[in-house]
Amino acid sequence: METIQKKAEEGITSELALVQAAKKGDLEAFSELVRRYDRNVFRIAQHITHNEEDAQDVVQDAFLKAYQNLEQFQGNSKFYTWLVRIAVNEALMRLRKRRNDRTVSLDEDVETEDGSIPREVADWSPNPEQLYGTSELGDILKRTIQGLSPGFRTVFVLRDVEGMSTEETAEMLGLSVPAVKSRLLRARLQLRERLARYFKNKKGGDGQQ
Amino acid sequence: MKCTEFLKELTDYLDGKISENLKMELDEHLHWCRECHVVMNTTKKTIEIYRDNELYELPEGLRNRLHEAIMTKCRNSRSGKKSTT
Repeated sequence: METIQKKAEEGITSELALVQAAKKGDLEAFSELVRRYDRNVFRIAQHITHNEEDAQDVVQDAFLKAYQNLEQFQGNSKFYTWLVRIAVNEALMRLRKRRNDRTVSLDEDVETEDGSIPREVADWSPNPEQLYGTSELGDILKRTIQGLSPGFRTVFVLRDVEGMSTEETAEMLGLSVPAVKSRLLRARLQLRERLARYFKNKKGGDGQQ
Repeated sequence: MKCTEFLKELTDYLDGKISENLKMELDEHLHWCRECHVVMNTTKKTIEIYRDNELYELPEGLRNRLHEAIMTKCRNSRSGKKSTT
């Protein structure tokens, strides 16, 4: 526990040093920050927008915005947390444009219980990895997570794919900790329910509803 | 413990963020409730499968192009804001 904390602190220090240098006009330092986080921002943007072109734009715009607003970054949170917050907003904006729908937000469909109550209760066997090839499995996973509302899939991606803590996720999304927790539970259950269509044990036919 | 009560705690249970007492109660429920056991197991697999399969990798070529574009924009935006560097 202590070592993790220590490592995290060291990470923050060097990240902070880069941010401080970038604030003073050191472009190389900012370039290093881009290299450090571009893959993560791209992944998050892809998950939210489902569109590679949009995701590329989000990566560019998020880093540019971060650079232009570096003065406003106070260092109370990690730079990465602040950056992801910018990227999520950019991604939601792209999604709105693409759907031509101004109401797209992190709150969309969060009241729905659809898929949150388990119906498929057959076990998955053999392992999905044995059942499908890598690219087919990738398609299934993408299609399935795309079916979730933006609020649910964003929380799931930050918490479970990117490995952020509940508190960090809350900060990144401007949500309360309980809101993140309840969305995460429902996102996980909805994904499980949808994946079960592909992965449930087909041989047994044990009659479970 | 009812299944609905178990489900409410599922996320914290999977993340290992519950007290010893609650964990014992949940484990006991899992012991006799096959359905919750399957739901717990398959939810765990759901998380693992998304964690282990990187769905959107950034190819190195595209990564370099994006990096180039970002840095050019930053350079231009700085020279736009301030005349001296």
